[in-house]
Amino acid sequence: MSLTPDDVKSIARLARLAIAEQDIPAYAKNLSSILEFVAQLDQADTAQVQPMAHPLVGVPQRLREDQVTEKVDRDRYQANAPQAEAGLYLVPKVVE
Amino acid sequence: MLHTKSVAEMARDLKARKVSSEELTRAFLERIQRFNPRLNAFITVLKEQALQEARSADLEIAAGRGGPLTGVPMVHKDIFCTQGVKTSCGSKMLDNFVAPYDATVVERMKRAGMILLGKANMDEFAMGSSNETSFYGPVKNPWDETRVPGGSSGGSAALVAARLAPAATATDTGGSIRQPAALTGTTGIKPTYGRVSRYGIVAFASSLDQAGIITYTAEDAAMILRVMAGYDERDSTSVDCPVPDYVAELGRSMQGLRIGVPKEFFDKGLDPKVAEAVRAAIKVYEKLGAVVKDVSLPNFMLSVPTYYVVAPAECSSNLARFDGVRYGYRCKDPVDLTDLYMRSRGEGFGAEVKRRIMTGTYVLSAGYYDAYYLKAQKTRSLIRQDFIEAFKSVDLILGPTTPTPAFKLGEKTDDPVTMYLNDIYANGVNLAGLPGISIPAGFVDGLPVGLQLIGNYFDESRLLAASHQYQKETDWHTRLPKGYEA
Repeated sequence: MSLTPDDVKSIARLARLAIAEQDIPAYAKNLSSILEFVAQLDQADTAQVQPMAHPLVGVPQRLREDQVTEKVDRDRYQANAPQAEAGLYLVPKVVE
Repeated sequence: MLHTKSVAEMARDLKARKVSSEELTRAFLERIQRFNPRLNAFITVLKEQALQEARSADLEIAAGRGGPLTGVPMVHKDIFCTQGVKTSCGSKMLDNFVAPYDATVVERMKRAGMILLGKANMDEFAMGSSNETSFYGPVKNPWDETRVPGGSSGGSAALVAARLAPAATATDTGGSIRQPAALTGTTGIKPTYGRVSRYGIVAFASSLDQAGIITYTAEDAAMILRVMAGYDERDSTSVDCPVPDYVAELGRSMQGLRIGVPKEFFDKGLDPKVAEAVRAAIKVYEKLGAVVKDVSLPNFMLSVPTYYVVAPAECSSNLARFDGVRYGYRCKDPVDLTDLYMRSRGEGFGAEVKRRIMTGTYVLSAGYYDAYYLKAQKTRSLIRQDFIEAFKSVDLILGPTTPTPAFKLGEKTDDPVTMYLNDIYANGVNLAGLPGISIPAGFVDGLPVGLQLIGNYFDESRLLAASHQYQKETDWHTRLPKGYEA
């Protein structure tokens, strides 16, 4: 699968990754190479095979009681915030 | 020499008061100061904190309290959250991140009285096989400083190999414990998926990630895994089954042990000298009474392509949390929210991470999901089924850990796929969720070679015992790289 520079820009936008214009060809080349490599999977006969999401096959997702067990220490968790004020994370204006 | 002692030996000496934890800690801190500039294996060194912990440990030991590991120094890979300590995942994205809590593994080892010397360098967000993608620069292999130590746990492996600490935690998603252990002549175990809690480990691929340990010996790995492993309600994929006393079970006889060697492993990609070392290891097991036979893993060649669909898909989801809003790197003067996301992530992540996020985004996107991701989930089943089939007639699977010994820095960075093929023998084990260990099995042109043993689900006891017995018959694991002996 050969990706064009526009394909790369599209994927980068979906992934919210800013890629410099001059770097796009290198990404196109590398990503194409990876996709070509994984295309080998097409050759496998998987018609009768169940997909596997994780190794705990057949083990149901564990649930817990709907009770509050965590204590939220906002100041401690928010200490890493790039910009915060009055317990709120600050970002550029979203809604006009 | 203090630094050549295994964890088991140190533990005995500490208990017998032949040495103090403070002495051990100082000895390793001194070696770190002396040798780390050459290796770049550490991102953070915790001198004062370590000495304080060591003094506390000494008081515990003096009071007759403490357990088998009290006072033994160690290092955590920088992917484990350590409260109050920088946790960077080898990335600019988390260069300014101080973890507000301890990972379960960190809590358990702290409770066991181990002394944290620092945080180990790693490939960025655990993505890599050479420790060349770290924001903090590449790690060098102490056996040859022009060569890579492997990755992503390259820092953990290099520092243990150089005896800068007797143990370092690590994680393995597609080989990241076993491959660097093989390239550095150390012992590295990846437990069964669900055996060790992932709580507090920055997630790369949630259905593949597993925490483990790198040490000089299997006995040391057994002592530490016994503490690391176990059910944790905070990890929803943690399996609630008892943890055996891995140490007590190390002595089990190899007589009659059925070992399978997959014929698919010995293909043209495998360095003939590495193949020779593996065949020599087979002879050792036969001498110990094991029965070695051929097995087949017919879908083996699908492991790497399957992994490079599944892992990037999961990483694209897991790394979506790094958006410059709540923690981590934020770009300067974002004009709007989209710009904030795009530039924080574009500038904060390195090239390999961006490649994998984009690969993952693509294979999960509308129109491609069935052809790639769903297909890979099915080939994953095939790979798992092959192992289950093989384990019907054998107890352990044996083979090389890597196709070649350590390669040169910069040798494989041009083409991602060339780099990915280093984990050819490792990926399938993660896809199936099985436990695997790499142990030193010789040298090729002065560079270490690793033997990989793969066990059945939750059969770490047998893996560790088989490794321990091999280490009683051989001395590869006791060798030190030149220049690091004193």
